Amino acid sequence: MLDSDLARLVDEDLTRFRVDRAAMTSQEIFEIETVRVFESVWIYLGHESEVANPGDFVRRTVVGRPLMMIRSRKSNAVRAFFNTCPHRGATICRQDAGNAKVFQCFYHAWSFDSDGALIGVPDEAGYPPSFDRADFGLMPVPRCESYRGFMFVSFNPNVEPLVDYLAGAKEYIDLIVDACDDRIEVIAGKNDHGIEANWKLLAENSFDGYHALPTHETYFKYLAKIDKTDEPGDDSASSSYLANGSVRDLGNGHAVIEKFSPYGRPLAKWAPSYGEESRAEIEQLRARLVKRFGTETAIRMMDNGRNLLIFPNLVINDVMSLTVRLFMPVRPDRMRVTAWAYAPASESPLLRAKRLDAYLTFLGPGGFAAPDDVEALESCQQGYAAGGIRWNELTRGMAREPRATDELQMRAFWRRWRDLMANRVLAGAAR
Amino acid sequence: LIAWNVTRGEIEDFLYREAALLDDWKLDEWATLFTDDAHYVVPSNDFPAADPTRHLVMIDDNKQRLLARVERLNSRHAHREFPHSRTRHQVMNVISEGGDEQGLRVSASFIVWRFRNDRADFYVGRYDYVLAAAETGGFRIRYKRATLDMPSLEAAGTVSIIL
Repeated sequence: MLDSDLARLVDEDLTRFRVDRAAMTSQEIFEIETVRVFESVWIYLGHESEVANPGDFVRRTVVGRPLMMIRSRKSNAVRAFFNTCPHRGATICRQDAGNAKVFQCFYHAWSFDSDGALIGVPDEAGYPPSFDRADFGLMPVPRCESYRGFMFVSFNPNVEPLVDYLAGAKEYIDLIVDACDDRIEVIAGKNDHGIEANWKLLAENSFDGYHALPTHETYFKYLAKIDKTDEPGDDSASSSYLANGSVRDLGNGHAVIEKFSPYGRPLAKWAPSYGEESRAEIEQLRARLVKRFGTETAIRMMDNGRNLLIFPNLVINDVMSLTVRLFMPVRPDRMRVTAWAYAPASESPLLRAKRLDAYLTFLGPGGFAAPDDVEALESCQQGYAAGGIRWNELTRGMAREPRATDELQMRAFWRRWRDLMANRVLAGAAR
Repeated sequence: LIAWNVTRGEIEDFLYREAALLDDWKLDEWATLFTDDAHYVVPSNDFPAADPTRHLVMIDDNKQRLLARVERLNSRHAHREFPHSRTRHQVMNVISEGGDEQGLRVSASFIVWRFRNDRADFYVGRYDYVLAAAETGGFRIRYKRATLDMPSLEAAGTVSIIL
């Protein structure tokens, strides 16, 4: 496809914004997307606390590529490597996480230190004198940078610095990390599942305020019961909260919706479902956050929820729990999703239990809401096979001050996607 | 250990009846098998030993949330399960692990098949039960844990049914 054809996959004028469904179904577009989007921008790898100690490692597949994140025993720096032996290709790291002094390939027993240097070759005398260990270290991913503990990689050596790439999203990461006392930990146990749909549908869904009430009616009903809030309806708290939310384009394809939370939040908004036993502690936390950050910032931290998309495939949902969701394309009609629960390392056991309980009600593959999102995305993907209709409509809010139930955030995502696909991005991530 | 004067056959009959209620979507009746202090837990695939108060699991229902789960699945708005999938809960390798003050500990293997919309999904794993003696004779479920053997939900995507 020509760049001009790719640019036309997103069609917009002043009152209309639409996306060609081929963006979700075409194998050719999928292959171009792998190179022009995923191999040119920053992609989230994981949180630094997952490798808290020297020699800690995790393995992770990023856009189909097996990688590993290792904390150096010498420098304490966290680095990312391609998880493949420079000798004949076997994966070096064959478990999800752990700690190692030496990383040894099981096939021919070449071994590497935590900086990737080749430190052992059985029967090295069998190689010609020109053989140099320095040529056969583990290959680092071209770029690996962290922002406040969030570790990203890029396969593009010329990509702009991560802090520039994050643009307006930085402010939201700051807000979240500040609220966690600057020390986040990843709670053990992750959600890891597949969805038979194009990955971009989950990007849209993750901050789609418009779908919340119709798709998740059963969740809001349950919430009304446990928190004694109003049932969804025109005048209910949940309806007005959705309507009153705000939406922001954060630049570089990142965007956020932010709105008052009808539910409790472990940081720090008490609700009846949290039980009286946690009320005093949450009130203390509130007072502490107000003192530290001032009323305006603290109230926003505590009482608002945020659904933040960091382009292209990282979602940080600071809602009834703090969820980090990363999704990778597998095929045009298939993605792989990993989600973690993050929390302040300083959190008390009581609030941690409440946080986890709140997570499970809405989120996760067994929650009261997420399975219906999976169903919606798969249903869209199945609907595309019908043909007959070429465009998806993303026009909501183009003729008014956009709200959280509008589609400005999706337009921000798609414009960036289009510009990368059509080679229109000149600075930084362009290739 | 507290001795329970029950045979494996009696335990199996109870578990098979529970499985049949799930497969027949008689979820209200299924919920009556649980004590008021019951818990139903499904750990995350990657962490079978998880403690739901400290670790992220997929399901940790007390009786209130279990009843809400049933109400949700009975409605027309649990979209992943409306129309309902067809399921088959197969229970095998039933072992009585002995009794304590909580009840009788029982483990079993399971395969749960789920068919819907041209998809065939499977869930394979181990059940751990704590069974209480029902006043009317037989058992009630005080604790049910379904630990999955699959390292991820790569294929099934969700746990939208009751395992």
